[in-house]
Amino acid sequence: MILLRILIRNAFRNRLRTGLTILGITIAILAFGLLRTVVSAWYAGVAASSATRLVTRNAVSLIFPLPLAYKDKIRQVDGVSHVSWGNWFGGIYISEKNFFANFCVDPPSYLALYPEYILSERERKAFLSDRKGFIAGRKLADRFGWKPGDTVTLKGVIFPGNWDFVLRGIYRGRDRTIDETQFLFQWEYLNETVRQRYPSRADQVGFYMIGVASPERAVDVAGAIDRLFKNSLAETLTETEKAFQLGFIAMTEAIVMAIQLVSIVIIVIIMAVVANTMAMTTRERIGDYAILKTLGFGGRQIALLIFGEALVITGIGAAIGMALTYPAARAFGSTLSNFFPVFNVARETLWLDLGAALVVAVAAAVIPTQRAIGIRIADGLRRIG
Amino acid sequence: MTTEAPAPIIDVRGVSKSYRRGEVVVPVLHDITFTIAPGEFLSLMGPSGSGKSTLLNLVAGIDQADSGRIVVEGVDITRLTETELARWRANSVGFIFQFYNLIPVLTALENVELPLHLSGLSRRARREHALTALDLVGLSHRLDHFPGQLSGGEQQRVAIARAVVTDPTVLVADEPTGDLDRVSAGEVLDMMARLNRELGKTIVMVTHDPRAAARAHLKRHLDKGVLSADDPAENPD
Repeated sequence: MILLRILIRNAFRNRLRTGLTILGITIAILAFGLLRTVVSAWYAGVAASSATRLVTRNAVSLIFPLPLAYKDKIRQVDGVSHVSWGNWFGGIYISEKNFFANFCVDPPSYLALYPEYILSERERKAFLSDRKGFIAGRKLADRFGWKPGDTVTLKGVIFPGNWDFVLRGIYRGRDRTIDETQFLFQWEYLNETVRQRYPSRADQVGFYMIGVASPERAVDVAGAIDRLFKNSLAETLTETEKAFQLGFIAMTEAIVMAIQLVSIVIIVIIMAVVANTMAMTTRERIGDYAILKTLGFGGRQIALLIFGEALVITGIGAAIGMALTYPAARAFGSTLSNFFPVFNVARETLWLDLGAALVVAVAAAVIPTQRAIGIRIADGLRRIG
Repeated sequence: MTTEAPAPIIDVRGVSKSYRRGEVVVPVLHDITFTIAPGEFLSLMGPSGSGKSTLLNLVAGIDQADSGRIVVEGVDITRLTETELARWRANSVGFIFQFYNLIPVLTALENVELPLHLSGLSRRARREHALTALDLVGLSHRLDHFPGQLSGGEQQRVAIARAVVTDPTVLVADEPTGDLDRVSAGEVLDMMARLNRELGKTIVMVTHDPRAAARAHLKRHLDKGVLSADDPAENPD
C-alpha cells in the first residue's frame, strides 16, 4: 500500500515532464489506434464476407463479362443453394468527388444471399416492383440527404449516358461491419437499356454470387463450377467471397504494409520517449531507492516502484489516447467515407493499444530497474545532498 | 568479587575494506578491530576520506567488508546474504543521516511508518508506533507535513523518529548535525543523548564536529584507515 502511494506520488513529482510524457503517449496511442483502424477498414470487406458465398468471375479478368446463360448451369451444380449476379456500374453522382460503390444486381436472389442488408418489407416490395428503383445504404442516404421517392441521376462511365433511379429503400447493416454506403439497383434495368443502346453488350454479367449449402463444400463447388466452363469462350474463376475480397487488397498490399510499419514505428518511438523519462526519473531517485534499501526494502519492491510508475504514466496516456480514438475515428471516417465505407474502432484495436502500452511501460522500466537494484546502497546514498 | 564485563553488542575484528577505481585499488580500512558495549555512545572522528563513513556502513550492514568479521548482537553480519542483511537492517539498526534522507513524497507520519511496513504489524499498530515516535521527538503537530515543508532540524527529528520506531538496539548516525544550524544541532544531539540515556540505545556516530563528539561517551579517531585507541570523551551530561 505504501509502495503504491509512493509510486503514484512519484509519477507526478515532476508534473511538467510527466504531463509531456503522457501527452506523447496519448498522441502515439491515438495515432496507433487510427492507423490500426485504417488497416481494419481496409479489410472490412474481408471481415464481412461469408464462408457460404462464392464469387465467380471471368478467369481472364474481372473487367471481362460472363454470359447470363451461365446462371442456369451454375444452379445445377451440386451444393449450390443460391445464384445471383450483378455488374459494377461505376456511375458518377454529380461529380467524381462524390464517389460511392454502385452495382446493379438481381434483387430477389441478391437480397436472399445477403441477409445482412436489412430492409423493411414495404421497402423491399417497393424495390422489387420498380424497375428503376434502387436501394441505398443508410450512410450513403444520410450523406446526400436522400429520402425514399427521390430521383437520383447517375452519369454512366462504363455504360455511358444519364441514368435516372428512384430511391425505394434505405438499408442498414445487421452489424457495424456491414458497408452502408452502397447503391444497388435492378440488373434488368441496366440490361434492357444496354440492349437498346449497345445490343452486343446485353445479357452479360460482371460476376456471379453463389450461395453454397455449407462452408465445407465451398472449395468443391468452386472447382465444379470452373470445370463446367473449362475450354468455353468465357472460362470462370470461382473463389470464396473472402478470397475475392483479399484479391482486391492484394493490389494495395504495399500501402497496408506501410501503414502497419508506421504504426509499429510510432510505438517504438514512444517507447524511447518513455524509456528516457524513466531513465531520468530513476537517476533522480537513486537516493530514494538507496534509502528504501537501507531501511530493508528489497529489489522486488524497488522494481515494483519503477515498473509501477512506468505503468501509471503509460496507462494514463493510453487511456486518454484510447478514449480519443473514438471521436477521432468518427471524424476521420466521415471525412474519408468515400474510401472507407466501414471505419469502426475494433475491439482488437483496443487490445492492441493496451498491449502496446504494456510493452512500452515494461520495456521502458527494465534497464532503470536493473540500475536501481544493482547500485550499492553506499553509492546511492552518496547521491543525496 | 569480580564483575564480568557485559558481552559487546558490536564486535569488529580484523576488518579491511578497499575500493576499486578503474584499475587502481584504494585501501580504505586496515585491519580494524574494536568492540562496543551495550548502551554505549561512541563517536568516530577523523579527517575527510579517513574511512569513518565506510566503517559506519560496514557496522550498519549497508556495505560489505573485504575481510574480517562484524558481529552485532550475536549475529555475524558478514556471513549474511543480501536478503538476510536487508531483513537484519530492518529489525536491528536505526539510521540517522546528514541529509535526513526522508522520502520527499511521504508525510512526516508516513516516513516514520515506512520501516514498519516490513514488520508485519497491523495498520493501526503501525500508526500508533509512528505517532509515539513522533511524539518522542516533539513533532506531533507536524504529522501531515511533507519534508519540504519542514525545517532542517524538524526533518532530522523525523529521521530520528523513523530510526527508533522499530525499536532497534543500535543507532548509527552519519554526521547527524552536519547540515544543521547550531540550535537545531544542539536539539538533535540532546535527543540522541536522551535516546542513549533513557532508552539504552547503543549509538555509533560519525562526526567532524567536536561539540557533537563531546556528547558521546567514547571518541575514536580514524586516520588513513587506522583506528586509534579508546578516548573517553568528556560527557557534558
